[in-house]
Amino acid sequence: MKPSPLRIHRPKTIENTLELLAAHASDGKIIAGGQSLVPVLNMRLAAPENLIDITAVDGLDGLTVEGQEITVGALVSHRRLERDPDVASANPILGEALRHVAHPAIRNRGTTVGSIAHADPNGEMPMILALTGGCVKVRSLKGTRTLTADELNVGPLETSLEPEELITEAIFPALQPGQRAGFDELARRSGDYGLAGVGLIMSTDNTDAAASVDAADPPGSGAAGKIATITGLKAGFVSVTDTPDIIELDHIVSGTPVDRVDTIVDAVASAIKDFIDPDGDIHATADYRRHLTGVIAGRLLKRLSRQNSTRGASALSGGQRAATCKEKESR
Amino acid sequence: MTQTSAAEAAAEPRSTIRLSVNGKDHVLDVPDRKLLSDVLRQDLELTGTHVGCEHGVCGACTVQLDGDPIRSCLIFAASAQSHEVTTVEGIGDDPENPADVQQAFIDSHGLQCGFCTPGFITTIDAFVNENPHPSEEEAREAISGNLCRCTGYQNIVKAVQRTAELRGGCGQNCCDREDTEVSQ
Repeated sequence: MKPSPLRIHRPKTIENTLELLAAHASDGKIIAGGQSLVPVLNMRLAAPENLIDITAVDGLDGLTVEGQEITVGALVSHRRLERDPDVASANPILGEALRHVAHPAIRNRGTTVGSIAHADPNGEMPMILALTGGCVKVRSLKGTRTLTADELNVGPLETSLEPEELITEAIFPALQPGQRAGFDELARRSGDYGLAGVGLIMSTDNTDAAASVDAADPPGSGAAGKIATITGLKAGFVSVTDTPDIIELDHIVSGTPVDRVDTIVDAVASAIKDFIDPDGDIHATADYRRHLTGVIAGRLLKRLSRQNSTRGASALSGGQRAATCKEKESR
Repeated sequence: MTQTSAAEAAAEPRSTIRLSVNGKDHVLDVPDRKLLSDVLRQDLELTGTHVGCEHGVCGACTVQLDGDPIRSCLIFAASAQSHEVTTVEGIGDDPENPADVQQAFIDSHGLQCGFCTPGFITTIDAFVNENPHPSEEEAREAISGNLCRCTGYQNIVKAVQRTAELRGGCGQNCCDREDTEVSQ
């Protein structure tokens, strides 16, 4: 249970990091928090000769919420992202999902960008990046590029990153007015990999009232007292798909008032169960995971429809649209 | 990166590292692959940090890095440079004068064999700093990353709340009523 011999490099600048990466493209790995990589090294499932420890690099620890975008530097820990009030206000699904990432002691050290680069289908944050329509900025000596989650994720534990490339930041768009988002998962024990997890982003027509958050409002009503109508729904999954695939369910949910969500829960759960492709293992059979995913999705859908506010839009209203990942999409 | 000899370096890269542990600075020559947990135990002889699973599941090796609990088996010693490491010895190293968390474990009968205890102590010390009034549920969540195979967790949860009590905050129960089980 000890890593095989290796050399640790501790660059101080991004440029130096990229040079080291280019020099060790065939036998080097980036290490940031190391909370997925070090167990793999300890068990000798991997034995890179060079580790490029980026924790001392300047300029990778930025966390900003601006212009409808949450920009997360490569060194931002899960815990810091989870606790940031501006992040919670811009898109509460990040914090909700992060609370399911391992244990607090792991989240203190592990980084969200590292989790995205690791691309584990049991990981929460690669799915959240995909579900929110996020993207990553990638650098190498050859230049900079921006990849959407879809372009980044190739397969389980596999991304389209070149060996000499470093993800410098991940960008999560904020919720748009009228949107509500939530995440839930079931694990055998607190901190275990989820047996199944679901993230939902629901769009409603209640955009003008989005800024008002009033717990005293009766369930289902907007601030204006009008019942919101669902206009869209997309879902992403943990542990039951090979890559963070997103399903759009607008055709099932559109036009349903939030207080009539009971009429669409079964159809949504059924579409999701057809879409996912879980594997069975010693913890749960594939059928059980499929069933569980439908149950979690149904409960989450009901919760989102009862929630009378769309947090997120308020803090950022008036800002420009999430530009970085959108520009990328339109290219 | 100080290298001893070409032959040795080829077999086993080593570096001279500076580590700050429990307020003391150390300069050490260690293999690059050496984990913080092993450097603490073998090079600094701080054997209070216990090594259980070595892949981050059991929590026995938990230490504080700049005050936050982390797994010392999941970080290379070289990567802990320029941070302040606090082990269980840094929290309390005198049986005659235990730290408040340690006293709370004594008061609550929070340990039997003691193997897991240092990981709990470092975890709970940081948690109660952050949440001086933990409910029982919050206390359970806080220690969910630490495994104990002797006691069950009832008395360790009590020790979390007892720590809060000793620090002048309160566990969920002590503010409104006497908690006879944990009060002395």
